[in-house]
Amino acid sequence: MSDKVPEGPRVGLFVTCLVDTMRPPIGFAAIALLEAAGCRVEVPRRQTCCGQPALNSGDRAGAVRVAQHTIELLASYPHVVVPSGSCAATIRLHYPTLFDAGTAWHRRATDLAERTHELLSYLVDVRQWLPAGVALNARATYHDSCSGLRELGIAAQPRRLLAAVAGLSLARLEGADTCCGFGGTFCVKYPAISDAIVSEKAQAIEATGADLLLGGDLGCLMNMAGKLHRRGAAVRAFHTAEVLAGMADGPAIGDGA
Amino acid sequence: MTQPAFAARVDRALADPDLKRAIERTTGTARSKRAAAVAAWPDFAAARELGRDIKDHVTANLDHYLLTFERNATAAGAIVHWARTAQEACDIVVGICKAAGAASVTRAKSMLGEEIGLPHALADAGIERVETDLAEHIIQLAGDPPSHIVWPALHKTREQVAALFRAHHHDPGALATVAAMVASARRELRRRFMAADVGISGANFLIADTGAVCTVTNEGNAELTTTPPRVHIVTAGIEKLVPSTAHAMSLLRLLVRSATGAEVTQYTTFHCGPRRPGDADGPTAFHIVLVDNGRSRMLAEGLAEMLRCLRCGACLNHCVVFRQIGGHAYGGTYPGPMGAVLTPVLDGLAGTQDLPHACTLNGQCQEVCPVAIPLPTLLRGWRERSWREGLEPGVVRGSLFAWRFLVLRPALYRPATALALRVMRLFARRGWIARMPLAGGWTRHRDLPSPARQTFMAQLRQRRPSA
Ligand code: SF4
Repeated sequence: MSDKVPEGPRVGLFVTCLVDTMRPPIGFAAIALLEAAGCRVEVPRRQTCCGQPALNSGDRAGAVRVAQHTIELLASYPHVVVPSGSCAATIRLHYPTLFDAGTAWHRRATDLAERTHELLSYLVDVRQWLPAGVALNARATYHDSCSGLRELGIAAQPRRLLAAVAGLSLARLEGADTCCGFGGTFCVKYPAISDAIVSEKAQAIEATGADLLLGGDLGCLMNMAGKLHRRGAAVRAFHTAEVLAGMADGPAIGDGA
Repeated sequence: MTQPAFAARVDRALADPDLKRAIERTTGTARSKRAAAVAAWPDFAAARELGRDIKDHVTANLDHYLLTFERNATAAGAIVHWARTAQEACDIVVGICKAAGAASVTRAKSMLGEEIGLPHALADAGIERVETDLAEHIIQLAGDPPSHIVWPALHKTREQVAALFRAHHHDPGALATVAAMVASARRELRRRFMAADVGISGANFLIADTGAVCTVTNEGNAELTTTPPRVHIVTAGIEKLVPSTAHAMSLLRLLVRSATGAEVTQYTTFHCGPRRPGDADGPTAFHIVLVDNGRSRMLAEGLAEMLRCLRCGACLNHCVVFRQIGGHAYGGTYPGPMGAVLTPVLDGLAGTQDLPHACTLNGQCQEVCPVAIPLPTLLRGWRERSWREGLEPGVVRGSLFAWRFLVLRPALYRPATALALRVMRLFARRGWIARMPLAGGWTRHRDLPSPARQTFMAQLRQRRPSA
C-alpha cells in the first residue's frame, strides 16, 4: 500500500462474508493486487453478504432485501471487485433476475451487474495486469470453481497470472472442472453426498503430487482443504490472490491464522 | 432437514461400493465418448442452438403440430388416442390389449411407459409383459425400476447380471462373457418375441408432416417388438413432436452423440401406419397414444424449457450427485438433473422437494445438455416454490431469518460475527476444528479451518482507520 495516489479507477472491494470471517488475508491480498494494478481501492464499511444463502434456498424475498442492501452500498463505484467467482456471479447474473424488468431496482441491479468483476479476471481482462517479481518455489494444482468457470467463464486468467510467478509449477488436476461438492448450503444439508464428492476430489488432488491447492473461491477451498486435512494429506490450500500477492509463505488455510 | 425416505435411499446408495463401480463404469465411458464426439463436431454449438430452437418452436405451436400429426397419422392408417393423465394412458393401452385378446405383450424400452406406470397396469390386468431391451429384461428379472434413462440397468454389475440370468434363464450356459450373457438373453427372449399378440414401444420423435413415429435403439429389439405382433401400440409424450423428418434428423444427431458418443444408433426406425396391402410384415392395427401427463401444466408453470428434453442422459452422466447416489435414490421415474426438475411435476413437490435442493448448482448439466436446458435455473424455480409453499423446515427458515436480520444491519452484524469467531475459536486445535456443536453437517466428514482472530473489517479498521 503505497502513499502515492494511483491514477487508475476507483474500485469498491466487496470482500465476501467468508473472507471477512474465515480468511482475511485474501481481502488484504486483493487490496494489494488491485493497488499494484493501479486501482484506488475502497472498502465500503457497511458490506456484509451478497445473499447467496437466501438465493440458493429459494428465499426470494430475503434475497431481494439483501441484494437491495448491496446494490445501495456499491452504487457509487465505477468498478466493484469481488475475490470470489460465486459471489461475483451472484451480483452479475442473479441480482438482475430478482427484480421485474422495467423497475428502478432492476435498472440499478443491472447497472451494478455491469460494473462488477471477479478479482482474477478483472486483473487480467480489465486491467491487463500480470504480477512481476513474485516468486514461490512450489508445485501447485488448480481447481476451477464452478460459478467462476461456467457463469463467468474464468479459466485462462488465473493460469496466466500464476504462470507469471517465478518458481511455481502447475500440475494438471484430473477433473479440475468438476464440482468439489461444496455448493454452499448443499454441503451441510446433504453432508453424505457432499462428502462422497469431495472425497473423490481430494484423491484427485493428492494424485497430482502437488504441495499446494489453489483456487478462486474460498468456500470450495475450505471444503477441499478440510477434507484433505481430515485425510491427513500434506497439501496446503491458498486463494490464488494470496500467491499473487506474495503471501503464500504464511500459514495456509487452516494452518492457524 | 432431509425427507427421511430420501435420506435413507441416499445412505443405502452411498453404502454400496458395487453401485459406485457400476455407475462409474458406464457414465465414465459415456462422458469420454461424448467429449470426443463433441470435439470432433466443429458445428456443435450451432447444432445445439438449432436443436433448442426447433424444440422451442414446437412448444410454442404445440396445438398446431399435434393436430397436424393426428391428421397425417390417421391418414396413414394409425389410430390416435389422447391421454391427459398417466391413468388415462394406461387405461387406453390396457383396453387395446384386452380388445385384441392379448395374453402377452412385448415391450421395447420406453421411459414414458415407466412414467405412466404401464408395467404395473399390465400386471394388474393380468397381461404378461416381456421386456425385449436387454437392460429392461435385466431389471424386470431383478424387479427393479430403471436407474438411468438410457441404461436402465446401470446399477447392476456384470457379475450381478450373470447371477440373475443363472437364476432365471432356462438355458443360461456358462455366462463367462458379456457375449455369452447376451446369447442367453436372446435364447430366452426370441421365442417369446414371436408369440406376443401386442407390441408396445415408445417414440423418440413424432413427425408431424408425415404422421410417422421415429425410434432409435441399439439392439434391434424394438423392430422385433413392433413388427411380428398383430397390434402395435406407441405411447409418446406430446413433447416428442417435430415438424418434419429433417428436424428429427437434426435432433437425432444431438441426441445420439450426447447419449453414447456414437454418430448414429444401430437402428433408426420410422413407423408409419399399419401393414399396407403388399407389405411383407407389420401389425394389422397401429395405435398411437399421445400423453400429456403434466406437460401442458409445465408449459403454463414456467417449465416450458424442460419440454426440449431429448432424454439423452448426458446431464445424468455428468452430474456429481447422480454419480454418487445413482438413479434409484431420486425415487422417481427420471433421475439426475432432468429428473430433479420433472419428478416434482409428476409426483408433486411436497415429498420430492429434496430433489431440487440436493444439487450444488454447478451448471455442468446445462453445459452438456444438447438442447441447452437451463437446468439449474429450473431447479432454483422449484426451490423458490418450495419456500413459498412452506415446505422448507422451520430450522432452515429460522436460521435464514436470523441471518438476514443481521446481514441487513451492519452495526449488529459486526459484533455478532466477532462473537461467533471467538466462540468458534474455542473449538479449534492448531488451526482446525474437528468437531463443534451445530456444525456436524460440516465436521462429520471434514475439518473446518479455524476462523480468523479478527474479521477482515476489524483488521482493516486498525490498518486503515480512514478508508
Ligand atoms: S435435460 Fe438435456 S442433457 Fe438431460 S436428458 Fe434432457 S436433453 Fe439430455
